Amino acid sequence: MSEWRFWFNSQRGTLLALAIFILTFAIYLANHPAIVNNGLTVQGVGNVVQTAANKGILLALIAIAQTFVVLTAGIDLSVGMIFVLCNVVASFVVVNNLGAAWGFDLGPVFGPAVGIVLVLLVGIACGAVNGAIVIFGRLQPIVATIATSAVFFGIALWMRPQPGATPEFAKALGKVMLSKVNGVIPASMVFLLIVVVLLWIPYRRSVLGRATYAVGSSEAAAYMSGMPIRSAKFLAYVWSGLFSGLGGLYITFVTSSGQADQAAAGTYTLNSIAAVVLGGVSLFGGRGSAVGAVFGALAFLTIKDLMFVLNVDPLWQPLLQGVILLIAVSIGSARLFQVRNRLELFG
Amino acid sequence: MDATNPLFRMEGISKRYGGVRALERAELTVHAGRVHAILGENGAGKSTLIKIMAGVVAPDEGRMLLDGREVTFPDPAAANAAGIVCVFQELSLIPELSVADNIIVSHPPTRLGMIDRRAQRGLAEEALARAGGGDIHPSTLIKDLSLSRRQIVEIAKALARKPRVLILDEATSALSASDVESVFGVIRRLRDDGVAHLYISHRMHEIAELADTCTVFRNGRNVATYEARTKTDEQVVELMIGREYHNVFPPKPPRPEGKKPMLEVKNLTWSPRLNGVSLDVSAGEIVGLGGLDGQGQRELLLALFGVLRGASGDILVDGQPVSINSPREAKADRIGMALIPEDRKTEGLMLPMAVRDNLSFAAMSLFSRGGIIDRSAERRAIDEVIKLLAIKTDGIAVPAGSLSGGNQQKVVIAKWLMRKPRIILLNDPTRGIDVGTKQELYQLLRKLADAGAAIILYSTDYDELIGCCDKVLVMYDGAVKRMLAGTEITEKALIASALNIDADLKGAGAMRPAAQ
Repeated sequence: MSEWRFWFNSQRGTLLALAIFILTFAIYLANHPAIVNNGLTVQGVGNVVQTAANKGILLALIAIAQTFVVLTAGIDLSVGMIFVLCNVVASFVVVNNLGAAWGFDLGPVFGPAVGIVLVLLVGIACGAVNGAIVIFGRLQPIVATIATSAVFFGIALWMRPQPGATPEFAKALGKVMLSKVNGVIPASMVFLLIVVVLLWIPYRRSVLGRATYAVGSSEAAAYMSGMPIRSAKFLAYVWSGLFSGLGGLYITFVTSSGQADQAAAGTYTLNSIAAVVLGGVSLFGGRGSAVGAVFGALAFLTIKDLMFVLNVDPLWQPLLQGVILLIAVSIGSARLFQVRNRLELFG
Repeated sequence: MDATNPLFRMEGISKRYGGVRALERAELTVHAGRVHAILGENGAGKSTLIKIMAGVVAPDEGRMLLDGREVTFPDPAAANAAGIVCVFQELSLIPELSVADNIIVSHPPTRLGMIDRRAQRGLAEEALARAGGGDIHPSTLIKDLSLSRRQIVEIAKALARKPRVLILDEATSALSASDVESVFGVIRRLRDDGVAHLYISHRMHEIAELADTCTVFRNGRNVATYEARTKTDEQVVELMIGREYHNVFPPKPPRPEGKKPMLEVKNLTWSPRLNGVSLDVSAGEIVGLGGLDGQGQRELLLALFGVLRGASGDILVDGQPVSINSPREAKADRIGMALIPEDRKTEGLMLPMAVRDNLSFAAMSLFSRGGIIDRSAERRAIDEVIKLLAIKTDGIAVPAGSLSGGNQQKVVIAKWLMRKPRIILLNDPTRGIDVGTKQELYQLLRKLADAGAAIILYSTDYDELIGCCDKVLVMYDGAVKRMLAGTEITEKALIASALNIDADLKGAGAMRPAAQ
């Protein structure tokens, strides 16, 4: 029994995010026009969930990316721009005839597969640049990533001055990734589950993964304990780049095109920070999980969409969204009232 | 004992911090299967010596030999790999990780590249049991444990690394008596297995009980090494303090009789760190707080200044009960209190901001009207304190961070003097500043007291308590254990009562129980 208590304690933030998500999504579902008009059918619920899932996976992936850096007590303001850059790259390379221009057409199976690898490598490279600047340049993460995100934007803009698509884009693959498995479960959620199980959980249980938490919680103690603090930080930025890249890949499946969209990058970056906080990841570092961030992202989007289905006057929507978000975030910080030495409030 | 082949040797180790010599050609020889106690006052160089052994800081000169071969440790991981493991006084535990994660922190057992949590759990439980913490659940987060329990985890963490040389730096200072006993049992077992121990403690009876060899450090050098239990407590204290004594203190005025106290504290409690502190300070009096580090002195000052939430007990100013819930209330004219904090860099100064701004922060209300600062009044007030304290600065527009340590400390004090406080609390104000500035500060404190201020001075430097204070309250375990006044304040009396040695030392003067 007491084992459960420790587990509950360590997962408190994640569980809270899950609860907020379930609550808001239930309200959302109950008021959705498709459900209200046609009753609670498997088909109807499946469609609503699919739409929400295909939108939610984008922010969920970016939120996971943000989680890695926030766990080290840093912040990554370039996640949105890596996402946009990878979208632009994907719109060129995830194609059915990759290599045709150089005379070695890889065909409709290998072509997109190699293309995906290339996109993810770009994401990883961006993350590695961030990590190298923060660790070896000793710059503040917030400044370093503002600067690199401008660079990434420049590259994206150079590749696609105008929004556009490649005719040979692997549309069939994109269709599969946005479909429903068995006609019920959204493929995007299956993909997210696979990513979390294959990438996040091994990371969480690796030595370097633990070192990431240690660095964020107390870098001095981690150093004194002889932990690999530099590698851990570097890896956190690399994984952040990889997950932003996955996000960029997925938006390309949705739009089948690429766009160097500065506004979208900014929105995704800021929303990812809101999502991780909502998901119980501490901005002071060392606490939280990617699973929590995923629920935080889904809850965040649901709160936004709630206003539509509740028919709130559009003029009032941003204000109400903000208030609900504030309430949701405050639940997690209620424990500050227990602090006894007031100096610790500023720690 | 293998006298010819020491396990570990340090030769001619020197280390300077800025202009301050922390160690000067220090030597140390450690043998397998022995408990080697290191004694010395605060600042004698013990901590620096250990940090060098553990790879935390690099020595300026000198060499270290392990098994007769020269070694260097660029970081703590290298020292650990060589079998030198330190239980630090400042804990090296990571608060957000679980007990098991912390114990097996650097090289956890892995399976398929992932941490094998079941195996790790087993190792952690074994180490905890050996360290006498079998009742600590391995899944608890460190931040949810008490200080005493954390210390046990810290020891378990060291044991899990299979040390050859185990360094315990004040490892028992946070432990309860029963925990100390079980830790001693562990140390004895390890000693019999051939592990060398370096044991740093201020607790004389622990050293008498445990140590095989003792080395005394003073002013950054090892001054004596002897077999344990061959010297009396008195001789040891003599060795620890036997340094030249500078007469840098201003003369003390005769103690006034029958004056009403300006500040009275009754039964102040903030468990577990403060357990019923009572004291009183009159105008014109400098009261010292003595005792070992971490016996509640800092908490006492913070509680008086309204920083600690949930502190109970009565505080009376001029005989009137007051409640102080924040520094803002403490500094209000009604109470007129000022606290010179322990860490000037984080709690005293805004380093990148100008000297002028730093000086004005606490006294802004005195020369502003309707929220607008009267710049010329500010300028006059600043000129006055800069002259009073002889602060050496390149004008008042330079950042506070560009001043020397001593002048930074003067700025912190000056910023509070601008308010003309009646009650001044000082938390170790001379730490890390040069002798000349120290002397000026002593003169200043006496001058302020003569002008009618009530002063409480916490210091880790016994000389200072002796030279400056009209009376000294020695704290132990969150309470005032003894009060020394006038000629009773001697170094021997201070050390003896700080160590809670009951037997009177010869010439230590009469000790009175604390005034209740």
